[in-house]
Amino acid sequence: MIAVKDVYFTYPNGVEALSGVSLAIRDGEFIAIMGQNGAGKTTLVKHINGLLKPTKGEVAVDGVSTRKVSVAKLSRKVGFVFQNPDHQLFCETVEDEVAFALRNFGFKEQLIKKRVTWALSLLNLTRYRQTSPFMLSGGERKRVALASVLAWNPDIVILDEPTIGQDYQQKEKLRQFIVQLNTQGKTVIIVTHDVEFVAECNPHVILMAQGKIVAEGGAKETLTNRDLVTQAFIVPPQVSQIFFELSDLKLPTNVIDVYDARKVLLDRLEVSS
Amino acid sequence: MAIIETTDLTYTYPAGTKLSLQDVSITVEQGEFVVLTGPSGGGKTTLCRCFNGLVPHFYGGKLEGNVVVTGLKVGEHSIYELARHIGLVFQNPENQLFALSVEKDVAFGLENLGIPRGDIRKQVDWALEITGITDLRERPPHELSGGQQQRVAIACVLAMQPNVMILDEPTSFIDPVGAQKIFDVINELNKKLGITVILVEHRLDLASKYANHVIVMDEGKVVLDGEPREVFNSDSARLIGVGIPKATRLYQILKEKGISLKKVPVNSEEASQLLREVLTHDRG
Repeated sequence: MIAVKDVYFTYPNGVEALSGVSLAIRDGEFIAIMGQNGAGKTTLVKHINGLLKPTKGEVAVDGVSTRKVSVAKLSRKVGFVFQNPDHQLFCETVEDEVAFALRNFGFKEQLIKKRVTWALSLLNLTRYRQTSPFMLSGGERKRVALASVLAWNPDIVILDEPTIGQDYQQKEKLRQFIVQLNTQGKTVIIVTHDVEFVAECNPHVILMAQGKIVAEGGAKETLTNRDLVTQAFIVPPQVSQIFFELSDLKLPTNVIDVYDARKVLLDRLEVSS
Repeated sequence: MAIIETTDLTYTYPAGTKLSLQDVSITVEQGEFVVLTGPSGGGKTTLCRCFNGLVPHFYGGKLEGNVVVTGLKVGEHSIYELARHIGLVFQNPENQLFALSVEKDVAFGLENLGIPRGDIRKQVDWALEITGITDLRERPPHELSGGQQQRVAIACVLAMQPNVMILDEPTSFIDPVGAQKIFDVINELNKKLGITVILVEHRLDLASKYANHVIVMDEGKVVLDGEPREVFNSDSARLIGVGIPKATRLYQILKEKGISLKKVPVNSEEASQLLREVLTHDRG
């Protein structure tokens, strides 16, 4: 359980990034935080693993205030994958990178080996085991960063822009993987601009603008609400745009996925023929 | 006129064990808006590095075959000569930005070319305005957010007004509305000034409406090369796992059920128009 209570945060340069955010995330929820650059999304999730502490208000993970626990201790519970993998990677080989946190947490070598093998194969990186992360492409480095966090099996997984640099197949794998994590009871929080990815994942959506939460709800409801998406500077999914342009034909407007779209269109054509 | 032409380009990085490019032969005409896409690790970024000479001059390794950009053989010209004609926006803006203020970073390339001070000022102002970062001009680039840094990186290249702009996932950290604005700017430069654009992009839903030429790479090879409609609707695009626009995908899955739209849509405007025809026709 993550409880964010009326949190304000001001960076040392005087910029107020969060202006009164309250939020409760239950165990096992799948959340997507969306909004414009500078809306406060990354600042908010950095509060959950304690990297940032509120200027005012409180963040508690499982009932413990993030002020009262070290980031090192909290990170055992909260895994965080950064937006830019180069902020996170530093080891000589992909294998060492993925094993790094496990060694820090004091896992046994035998278990480390197993976990590393598991995480690498999960993210399609096995062939790069002995390669330097810096020899890999941008998309591959992002996956190494993911593997290194998933390897220690945290209860809460925060992914800041997980789909950056990922091609369609990797995104599809990532989607299946997130769904799998979620069905195992893990809390998954993604920060993303990728509306098409959200449309396919169907998480609970939180829209942020100017340091505040402006709306939350199901992906279908929030991403097809024209006023909300405009306010949060989001381009609606392409399918939703198509249905918006056809709104005078009295078709349903809460459609974000191609298969839903097909069903709606087939129904309409059958009725009218 | 071809502005970029590669013939049988084959390349391996110095420490690499596999070919990063294999027999790549493509032609880009002057004024085209090219979208370069395909699975990650497929050679897109490496190919872009061949266009401005980073491969092989900076990265080393052995480059076989030929690349000619704006009439210059890349192998025979240095990076700084090529930089007058061809600008590259890096995938990771942090690899590109280094000055202590945004303004200085954007001016750097122009200063290196020995352009008069007044003109530098004008071009920097223009580039900052068009990318929407005028208010950041005094800020240190390394303190900015990922999205803001990407705008700075684009401004740096824009300010040089190159003949060819290569953008390697230039908006990956930027929100969709911001990304669309940047794409609109790039499109305007392409249409008004005739700057040839090569855009590396996975998010085809956003980018495809601007393109008139799509190249798909996989495992170092060019696997598809042609007009967007043909490329997106081809079977191999789906098999390789290209994230084709949802409008095109909808066309395909409707066809499976016996509903044929008159042509293949690549964006929402086209799709809604084609659907409208089918829906209103059947009703009448």
